[in-house]
Amino acid sequence: MRILTNIRDTDLRGFVLPLAFLVLWYLVTALQLVNTKLIVPPAAVVAAAWDVVGSGQLLTGLRASLVRDLSGFAAGSGAGILFGLLLGVSRWAERLVGPTFHTLKQISLFAWLPLLSTWLGTGESAKILFIALSAFYPVALNTFEGVRSVTRAQFEVARVLGFGRLQRLFRLVLPAASAQIATGLHLALLYAWLATIGAEYLLGSSAQGVGSVVIRGKATFHVELIVVGMLLIGLVGMGLNRLAALVEGRVLHWRGPAR
Amino acid sequence: MTTATSLSRLAAPAAPLAPAAPPRRHAAVSLLATRAVDVAAGLILPLLLLGLWQYAVDRHWLAEQILPAPALVWDSLVDLWQSGELGTHLAISLTRLAWSLAIGGGAGLLLGVAMGVSAPAKAYLYPSFQLVSQFPVIGWVPLLIVFAGIGEALKISAIAIAVVVPVAVNTYRGIRNIPRALLEVAAVYRFTFGQTVRRLVLPAAAAGIFNGLRQGVMHAWLSLVFVELLASSEGIGYLMVWGRQLLQLDIVVVGMLVIGAVGIVLDRLLAWGEARLQGWQRQAY
Repeated sequence: MRILTNIRDTDLRGFVLPLAFLVLWYLVTALQLVNTKLIVPPAAVVAAAWDVVGSGQLLTGLRASLVRDLSGFAAGSGAGILFGLLLGVSRWAERLVGPTFHTLKQISLFAWLPLLSTWLGTGESAKILFIALSAFYPVALNTFEGVRSVTRAQFEVARVLGFGRLQRLFRLVLPAASAQIATGLHLALLYAWLATIGAEYLLGSSAQGVGSVVIRGKATFHVELIVVGMLLIGLVGMGLNRLAALVEGRVLHWRGPAR
Repeated sequence: MTTATSLSRLAAPAAPLAPAAPPRRHAAVSLLATRAVDVAAGLILPLLLLGLWQYAVDRHWLAEQILPAPALVWDSLVDLWQSGELGTHLAISLTRLAWSLAIGGGAGLLLGVAMGVSAPAKAYLYPSFQLVSQFPVIGWVPLLIVFAGIGEALKISAIAIAVVVPVAVNTYRGIRNIPRALLEVAAVYRFTFGQTVRRLVLPAAAAGIFNGLRQGVMHAWLSLVFVELLASSEGIGYLMVWGRQLLQLDIVVVGMLVIGAVGIVLDRLLAWGEARLQGWQRQAY
């Protein structure tokens, strides 16, 4: 019943464009209007997807990429929360480290890769460090801003209540900054996935990974493989985004509905 | 006597002002002093790092190829700049950035306005748009390489895609947030469609559009460096790849410095533009 009303309530006009795209794609390849080596027919993409999923190649790649992504994300966002807290709580830390941090932040993320790969090689450590770096900036920045959003009045109430240092941190600063920190973590999750793919593209294709599947497809000119890889990258990105939004909603439930 | 009283009367109004002046100057001085302390404090860490870097090079902790001396980096920067090589590569990168901003920004603006102004356009476009926008930009690049080769078309289209999404989304939201009352006033004045867009929608959504542009520029700069690192024969990213292949890390570091400097300049320019835009808004009230 609920599904039925859901279907009735969805605006079907949204499906017109994707469907038109699929039909067009099918027609130009079926009628041989284009070079089918370059623009592969949809059926070939489905077959390739079936193939790589069946052979397990894609799933091991996906698992490798996700492990890489999440370990980099965990390391980077953990460091980011600590750094942001330190910068937010201590004026002196902000004065000493802030300018350097804000300057280094301006170096476009991927510009670090050539240097990192020279120092650490093209192995796992360089990739994870790079992913951690990509997650570090948004988390650190948002944590810092969240801590700074604690008002003087709240601070004074904590003092009146006789909060100690740790109590103040865990019962005032962290809860007050939690929404901003969550925003930072959400952003970091997306950036980390971007960095994972970027690192896999740029640092050789010898290792397992979704990005490597795509690069291998490019090297051997298997366009259907590239398309499958791209779709998978997009789906994982979308899934991470949904998951983050869901967790954010659950964890921040106590704050009540947003204004 | 009379002159004295008149003088004192003249002087009287000035009296309350006099004590007020010194504290203000004092405040200015102390503000300047805090600024100076802030700048000095901010410089400590970079200087320490530079010192550590030089020390590490002096002690040969790492091979010269892996850790070039600061002086060497500086020399390469000056060399590359004077030979015009750095300038050429930078100009190429910035041209790419400008083209993709123009194309992507223009397309994003059109899409955003179309979705914001017309409900049918939104119904048809928005779901697909939302779907596409979730794909990381970088994922597109290998497919684009196959379609567009590794020429200029690839770079510009890849970066333009990075700009379209934030500009369109923010334009759309900016227009959605226009109060209904304003649109009704426009209807009362019998504005034509073009007039409504030009004289109401665009100015009212300007802050949102600019916000989108700001995100767009940052995304564009990120993906430009990526594309140049992956597939390019010119540009600042290529310069770094080249330096890496020759194991001349001084060139890589120069590239990073230049990319950081461009990032700072872009950030400042956008902040300045935003401030001007907000200045205009304040004048309106």
